[in-house]
Amino acid sequence: MRQDKEYDVEGGLGLTVRRIIAYVVLILLTFLCLFWFYILFVNSSRTHSQLSSGFTMIPGTALVKNFTAVMNGTQPIARGMLNSFIIAACASVLSVYFSTMTAYAIHVYDFKFKTAIFTFILAVMMIPTQVTALGFIKLVQGIKLEDSFIPLIIPAIAAPATFYYMKQYMESALPHAIVEAARIDGANEVRTFNTISLPMMKPAIAVQMIFTFVFNWNNYFTPALILHDEKKKTLPILIAQLRSADFLKFDMGQVYVTIAFSIFPVIIVYLCLSRFIVGGVALGSVKG
Amino acid sequence: MANTPKKGKSQVVSYNKWGYIFLIPFIVVYLVFQMIPLITTIYNSLFENYLSGIKQIGPNFIGFHNYKEIIANGDLITYAKNTLIMWVLGFVPQIFFSLLLGAWFADSRLRIRCAAFFKTVIYLPNLIMAAAFAMLFFTLFAETGPVNAILMNMGAISEPYSFLSHAAGSRGLVAFMNFLMWFGNTTILLMAGMMGIDGSLFEAAQVDGATSTQVFFRITLPLLRPILLYVMITSLIGGLQMFDVPQVLTNGEGTPMRQSMTLIMYLNKHLYSKNYGMAGALSVFLFIITGILSFIVYKFSVEDNVDEVKRRDRNKK
Repeated sequence: MRQDKEYDVEGGLGLTVRRIIAYVVLILLTFLCLFWFYILFVNSSRTHSQLSSGFTMIPGTALVKNFTAVMNGTQPIARGMLNSFIIAACASVLSVYFSTMTAYAIHVYDFKFKTAIFTFILAVMMIPTQVTALGFIKLVQGIKLEDSFIPLIIPAIAAPATFYYMKQYMESALPHAIVEAARIDGANEVRTFNTISLPMMKPAIAVQMIFTFVFNWNNYFTPALILHDEKKKTLPILIAQLRSADFLKFDMGQVYVTIAFSIFPVIIVYLCLSRFIVGGVALGSVKG
Repeated sequence: MANTPKKGKSQVVSYNKWGYIFLIPFIVVYLVFQMIPLITTIYNSLFENYLSGIKQIGPNFIGFHNYKEIIANGDLITYAKNTLIMWVLGFVPQIFFSLLLGAWFADSRLRIRCAAFFKTVIYLPNLIMAAAFAMLFFTLFAETGPVNAILMNMGAISEPYSFLSHAAGSRGLVAFMNFLMWFGNTTILLMAGMMGIDGSLFEAAQVDGATSTQVFFRITLPLLRPILLYVMITSLIGGLQMFDVPQVLTNGEGTPMRQSMTLIMYLNKHLYSKNYGMAGALSVFLFIITGILSFIVYKFSVEDNVDEVKRRDRNKK
């Protein structure tokens, strides 16, 4: 910890002036971050005719009306939300469980190709999935899994970034002595992992669950290549369709409500868990 | 202990067998869904394989012709240039504000109040669905949208500015959205790095009469170099993947005149039109570029970690 002593420094800006500049910049950036979502909220509560007559900063009263219109409309938004939720939930559970298991294997055991495997996973961590998209589509077509959620869920098991985060966390939070103790008490290896080690990883698991969930909820590129059936499409695909459709035919109030419904659930969950998330961002990235 | 030494040894071996077993799910899934696709991608890049109208051409083996073609027709260079321009436009303000905010948050003399609130707010856009965010900006920045209305009310412009029909407008919007979505994340990373710097260095500088500007440029910045490099390269890798925002904002067209078309949008176009040969060649180029960049990240920041594991293993033996 640095101490709070204040030394008088000549030549530089005074502390008060610096503080004022800092607050002004912070408030401007806060405005820049939140302004768009406020307009989104205002506009999704106004009717189409109100929206086309001009812009105000005061929310209207048509939020519920717009919402019911969207739910009963031609775009399967509710279905899309459900699809997105199923994929994101399954993928995040599988991804975190198996990536933690992989990190555990590297952390606890000694075996022949351990360093080689560890090096390999870290080396491929940064390679984006887009560069193998062509082969991925071919594979999915080959095993006849188009329009299925499986190719969007199962690959999440191998998540190098989650693995790395978990490995970093284990260094500080999972001493080998605990594993030894569990063995002496007669627990087998699977049991030790599930009932002793996993619970000790709870904070890291929570952070990674949230990140993986949000990533999959927001993911557009891969699902758009795999899912073609209207009933299977996820929210981002439906949003992109909204963009490509003839715009003038739409009720703008409903367009805004649709956007709001893909954004606001994440914002609400984030605000409840923000302490966790903001604290967890820096942890897995780089050694500080 | 009832165990004889011999039995104890065999138990160690049987424990370590579980290391392999626990690795199976990850490795198998990685091989099937990443490795095989990578190989088929490279394989496909060597074939002529596309739809001409409704007629299927190929697949015929043509060696590296797809690679030559994609360079010769200028597409690769054009879209790489677009992607880089939009990345730079977004990254410069991002790194500027992140350094500034990081330094302020990490400065114990400044004592920013509500730091947790500000951090929460600036990180928020990072979690927003990029497709929905782009759709939102499309409606807000439309010619009849609220932003033009506000600008006209303020008297800043006399007639609506059509953002998407100007290269500067649409590239600027994409860069601005990328900036908004990523500067919070970068701030938190840099702040963590700044917190890790030995506090006595700052104190010594203060005692010697250094101003906060001097402290920032002479102490913080040089010590932050490894993290800055990490942030820059990972951001560049992310930038090369730029897709959702420009795709939805410009409806996949890269308006105006494909000037906001990115590499991945171009890849997506080929995948949709089933031009697998060209898509393959483009993927391989992207793979090589991101591979090189990944290697730099690995060398500079992740490698220590592997060394750590190696050292510990040696110590055990």
